[in-house]
Amino acid sequence: MNTALPETAGKVHEPLMRSQAEANGAWGRILPWLSSLILAVIVVWQILYKASVIAVGFDTWRPVLYTFILWAIAIGAAQVLIRGERGKHALFILPAVAFTVAMVIFPTFFGLYIAFTDWNLSSLTGRHFNGLDNVRSLLGDAYFWNALRNMIYYVLFVLAQYVIAFGLALLLNAEIKARKFFRVAFLLPFMLSPVAVSWMIGKSLMEYRFGPAATLARHLGWDNPAFFTSPWIARLSIVAMDAWVWIPFIMILLLAGLQAMPKEVTEAAKVDGASPWQSFWQITFPLMLPVSVTAIVLKIIFQLKLADIVINVTAGGPGGATDTVSSFIFREYRDRSNVGYGTMLAEFYLVIIIIFVTLLLKFASRFMQRTT
Amino acid sequence: MSAVAERQAQRAWGGGYDAAKISARVLIYGALILWTIISLFPIYWTLTTSFKTAVNVMQGHLIPWIDFQPNWLGWRSLGLSPDTIGEISTVRDEFLKRFTNSIIASLGAAALAVVIGSLAAYGLSRFDYKFVWMRNKDISFFFLSQLILPPVVLAMPFLVLYKELALLDTRIGLILVYTLMVLPIVIWIMRDQFDTIPIELEQAALVDGCSVWGAFLRIVIPIALPGMVAAFILSVILCWNEYFFAALLTSTNAKTLPVMVASQTGSQGISWWSMAALSTAAIAPLVVIGVFLERYIVKGLTAGAVK
Repeated sequence: MNTALPETAGKVHEPLMRSQAEANGAWGRILPWLSSLILAVIVVWQILYKASVIAVGFDTWRPVLYTFILWAIAIGAAQVLIRGERGKHALFILPAVAFTVAMVIFPTFFGLYIAFTDWNLSSLTGRHFNGLDNVRSLLGDAYFWNALRNMIYYVLFVLAQYVIAFGLALLLNAEIKARKFFRVAFLLPFMLSPVAVSWMIGKSLMEYRFGPAATLARHLGWDNPAFFTSPWIARLSIVAMDAWVWIPFIMILLLAGLQAMPKEVTEAAKVDGASPWQSFWQITFPLMLPVSVTAIVLKIIFQLKLADIVINVTAGGPGGATDTVSSFIFREYRDRSNVGYGTMLAEFYLVIIIIFVTLLLKFASRFMQRTT
Repeated sequence: MSAVAERQAQRAWGGGYDAAKISARVLIYGALILWTIISLFPIYWTLTTSFKTAVNVMQGHLIPWIDFQPNWLGWRSLGLSPDTIGEISTVRDEFLKRFTNSIIASLGAAALAVVIGSLAAYGLSRFDYKFVWMRNKDISFFFLSQLILPPVVLAMPFLVLYKELALLDTRIGLILVYTLMVLPIVIWIMRDQFDTIPIELEQAALVDGCSVWGAFLRIVIPIALPGMVAAFILSVILCWNEYFFAALLTSTNAKTLPVMVASQTGSQGISWWSMAALSTAAIAPLVVIGVFLERYIVKGLTAGAVK
């Protein structure tokens, strides 16, 4: 009797629970369809309104955005209703996925459409599909290819930044006093905005007449310290500014690598009579290879986006010598309002970057600490 | 035998060994001080120039009170010097508006990115997902691959999209773009952070009757807090410094500080001292963050890169 009671109690509850679960499941199946339907109706309605087919609609597309958010919430709720605990797990990742998809997928595809139009913001006729015209002018655009060639130089200079950063990391890892002070001082340039750096260094320190850098250069025997008039010197000046900002980043990564390295290995080498030079090349450098490659790859990826400093200091000059692809497209947008062509350049550049970075990762991943 | 003998020989040398050691010390500290000067001089130069007058700038004076007498000229032109601070100043209003915009945009984006980024990172670190053909590794790669997307590719579509959504020149719009920009970095840092937390802690909480979300909020979040702070600070810095999107997507209302600095740089007539004052004001918050929260920045930068 005693044992039977809980059993019957369980039996009473079971159908209740099952029907509850079934109801949840039903709701879970209906919800995505319902919300998708509402979203689709709103989108179609708005398209028709914008195309002047129907008279009533919203002024902007903002309501569609709200509907999208509701749709995403409904999908999340449906996950929990259908799949219970596993659905709750999915809730962790859904916000980020919905956000990224909404913010990246649409612009990328819309960008592809813009890229094949002759859209110029200053022209009165609006945008028209113009087929492969943009591709043709891209292939013949000497300034674009020039900017692309500059990117190769800029990427190669990452190695120079790496060498300096490694030196600094070794210095900070040596037995020194006031390490914390030096670390903070070395890190500060990384914090500053490239736009402020453009003025602080590019426009004032390196200024031809009064800049301290120019004065110093005169003292050192350079009679005509113009940092931004001849192509290679201008390029090197931009590289120097970029290095000033980014060397701390590489340095911090390498320093962390050095500190994670087992002390015994270098100690043992010292005991065996290896000179510092030998122990660096035969022990420290090989052990640091994974961190080094990771740092270099990350920096190259950031280098491919280099724009702010160039836009604000030289605007690509002299004669396009310092132009990066990003700064060139930026000027195409802002000064010539050439939206269609600029977007084609950007999409083309994206394809090149994807191929390049994929190859780079393929080549580098066997040396790297950890992929993705 | 040889190693021991050499060491003995080295000890016997004594004096010469010390001399080499001292010269090595001198070299190390010399190099450290040289790079400290390289790192700090531009900041020092900007700060002092904001207190200079035309004569000081032209003669290249460097040290205040010795070379030149500090003057509030630069700060007065911003309306931030002691004698103008009480008065009405349009420049100051403009500056404060840009400053507020920058603060709201960077804090808002960093907060949003840390919230949704931490959730995603936790999910990726603990559960096995399968979405069509994508598994955890592919989903992680999908997020991280956003890093290589150059801003120019998104700029124009965003301009059009925002115009249609009435988000152009709003701070909300800026926050959304910045969140997208720093989200991969936040996920990277937080996943590394969650991977180091032993899974047994949550299992114990689950046994005690906590739900998955309860365990996450009550057990995991407090442990992962330093990582979240690191991700937050790094995001704030990146957003504060962002120029490209701000220049294209904002105009009168939501313009941020870097855009204001850049627009002043372009005009030739602008005087160095007011430019220096503006730059100083723009970098001051970051220098403060850098000095006091350096530990977190280093933590954020090195997450996942070094194991």
